[in-house]
Amino acid sequence: MNASPATAPLAGPQSHSASLSYSGGGPASRRIVVGYGFWIFLLSDIIMFSALFATYAVLSGQTAGGPAGHDLFELRHVGAETLCLLFSSYSCGLGALALERRRMSAFYINFALTFVLGAAFLGLELGEFAGLTARGAGPSRSAFLSAFFSLVGLHGAHVTAGLLWLCFMVAQVAARGPRDFVRRRLLCFSLFWHALDIIWVALLTLVYLMGAR
Amino acid sequence: MMQETAAAEPESTRSAQSADEGAPPGSIVTYTVGLVFALLLTGASFIVSQTDLLWAPGVPAGLAVLAIAQMGVHLVFFLHISTGADNTNNVVALAFGLLIVTLIVSGSLWIMAHLNTNMVPMSAILEMHR
Repeated sequence: MNASPATAPLAGPQSHSASLSYSGGGPASRRIVVGYGFWIFLLSDIIMFSALFATYAVLSGQTAGGPAGHDLFELRHVGAETLCLLFSSYSCGLGALALERRRMSAFYINFALTFVLGAAFLGLELGEFAGLTARGAGPSRSAFLSAFFSLVGLHGAHVTAGLLWLCFMVAQVAARGPRDFVRRRLLCFSLFWHALDIIWVALLTLVYLMGAR
Repeated sequence: MMQETAAAEPESTRSAQSADEGAPPGSIVTYTVGLVFALLLTGASFIVSQTDLLWAPGVPAGLAVLAIAQMGVHLVFFLHISTGADNTNNVVALAFGLLIVTLIVSGSLWIMAHLNTNMVPMSAILEMHR
């Protein structure tokens, strides 16, 4: 703020707008407001996940005589899933950056990579679920496995929704070009995709790394 | 003086707006640094959990520290949460979200861990039904 409050004259017509612009730049741009709104959605999503994390933490010991985490989890498999998700997050960031700089081919390449890596993650996860169910360790086996399937499955459902959204975004960019509203939607998508990675970090640590010991 | 700043404001607003509509936060360097940090922290988590590098009872605490550090890396390098002026609202929302998450997780664990002490023992229930 340029004028210090002590020297400013009292209540003019401008004092109202001056009191709103405490960050110094007037009203925030649309992009910042949209990002803020979507960030609040993401935080509420994270709060929903925290309830399932709490459920899992409470129930992780209740195996009902069935298999426990260290009998079931294969860390090599989980490591591959982690790398898929991490690199897809990276290529998503690079793709969004490429669109901002109007490098369309770089955008398409990076988003194709993001899709392939995300789909690979989903394939690995579904393979794991199928393997567990085939070994008689399905979600109905014990409270531990119910909590495991709902927590990991909800993350997987988010990844599935993210992949669908990614396809829509690529189609939108192809049809409408890098206009302002398309780029704002893409900003929301990349925030969503990065937030899924944050949830996966918590999942990897609590469920797999602590469970496999 | 007030008039001066008021008159100067629309111009600075316009330039700030076009600057952030055109150039988003972050660059290829930011993302790459974030990726390297995330890979290092993930690798460290796997090593800590699979070897006896750390004193065994301290492993969960070590894993928790590594996970929180990696979430911080993701927030700063991928989601661009910063201490900048236009980011204050995001940081405040994040702090509130963290408060709720902490309450849900620690509250649930606290209550569930002490649930048995407040329950009627199973033998007494069987006695009552007899």
